[in-house]
Amino acid sequence: MSTQSDNQTAAAGNRSSGWVVFVFFMIGLVASIISGWVAFPKLLYSTKQQPIDFNHQVHLEQMGGQCNACHFFREDGSFSGSPTLEECKSCHMYPMTGNENEQKFIDEYVNQDKEVPWLIYAEQPPCVFFSHAAHVKGADMQCATCHGDIGHSTSLREYQENRISGYSRDIWGKSMLRLGEAEHGRRQKMNDCAECHLKETGSKGNCFQCHK
Amino acid sequence: MTQQPQHTKTKRYGMVIDLDKCTGCGACMVACYAENNVPFRQDESDKMRSLNWIRVMKVDNGKPFPDTQVCYIPMPCMQCDGQHMQGHSPCVSVCPAVATDYDQTTGIVSQIYTRCFGCRYCMAACPYHARKFNWWDPKWPADMEKYLNPDVSARMRGVVEKCSFCYHRYQKARDKAYVEGREELHEDEYQTACAQACPTNAITFGDLHNPEHSVYSRSRSKTAFRLLERLNTNPKVYYLSSKSWVRRKADNYLEGENFEQIREKARKAAATH
Repeated sequence: MSTQSDNQTAAAGNRSSGWVVFVFFMIGLVASIISGWVAFPKLLYSTKQQPIDFNHQVHLEQMGGQCNACHFFREDGSFSGSPTLEECKSCHMYPMTGNENEQKFIDEYVNQDKEVPWLIYAEQPPCVFFSHAAHVKGADMQCATCHGDIGHSTSLREYQENRISGYSRDIWGKSMLRLGEAEHGRRQKMNDCAECHLKETGSKGNCFQCHK
Repeated sequence: MTQQPQHTKTKRYGMVIDLDKCTGCGACMVACYAENNVPFRQDESDKMRSLNWIRVMKVDNGKPFPDTQVCYIPMPCMQCDGQHMQGHSPCVSVCPAVATDYDQTTGIVSQIYTRCFGCRYCMAACPYHARKFNWWDPKWPADMEKYLNPDVSARMRGVVEKCSFCYHRYQKARDKAYVEGREELHEDEYQTACAQACPTNAITFGDLHNPEHSVYSRSRSKTAFRLLERLNTNPKVYYLSSKSWVRRKADNYLEGENFEQIREKARKAAATH
């Protein structure tokens, strides 16, 4: 008899401890999800502001809708990237408007003859060779295809930097799981390049096509 | 992207080195060190530990004075095509990391330092000792880092490196061609640093498929030969020498063997499809 009642109490105890385990499991799960989906991405990326809030739309209108007015190809085939102070100065030697960002640019950079330390969203690692000429001239691609519609933005968004690798978050894409379309143009990891090359040219290309 | 990129004609970039002209001065090595950010150590006396993408070997005919003759052989990576020219180079076929591949459009064998994990199978497979291993992190003397070439990535400890036929120069030349709306490169637009540095013009470089390039006829000359041709590695670096004993040195021929005949047979076998 005594053994039977012992068994009953043990079974009841097991049932109640099952609930306790479940509750603690759920608490742990929720905590993990919050830390993994909310806290960890914040920990992984540091957020930086551009030195000057640049208005692409205003400039694009002034320059006749041409990206290559400021982002041009040099004669040797290389791509100029972000304009240098010299190029900005050709218009902005003195204030042209009452804009506070322009004033800041002139006070802090033009007058002090200092290059603007722009943070490049699409900056690639030093082992990568990317040819703008092959894509823009050779394959006749639009800037917006990869860079998104940055030309019509009125303000520069914040720059997020991977704390471990030091690369821009745009390279990997906003979604950590790489779901859906990238928010700003295209993702620019090696596999993203290879995927597009396979689709467009029928081959991922050889290593040296993009590496140096 | 609406327009399909036009594919350029397949190239087969190669080198022809005239050993009769080579004085062994080593200018090619110096130019290569500077162009490709090849690291060196403070004490370079142990040549087994030296890193170089092209090195000048010295051979002699083994005869005593006054019949001694010396020949210098500059040796870059041979950029092997492999049998049937399908890119089955010794190093490419053994790499477990796909850190080295054969570019079908230029015939150049790549080496990707960020991909390489340093197993050195490729070094064991390469019959020409063209590949070098970074035993140490590269260190340049003060201020010399400012002279590094930004077009070539610096290597780190634990990876293998080798001659790339200055592929970055090919990329830059192509960029220029794209901007000018051209497809084809001129011969002088893409030249390796060693070829340009050679004071006697012993080293010539170009597309072995293109009859307008000087290497086309030079590589087909009667005195042209390649190193270890019997292995069927099908190298793209050709040598010229008017001296029979130099041509004999190109492979481990036996004493009684008619090596010119064997060479011809090997060449035909390698090119047969």
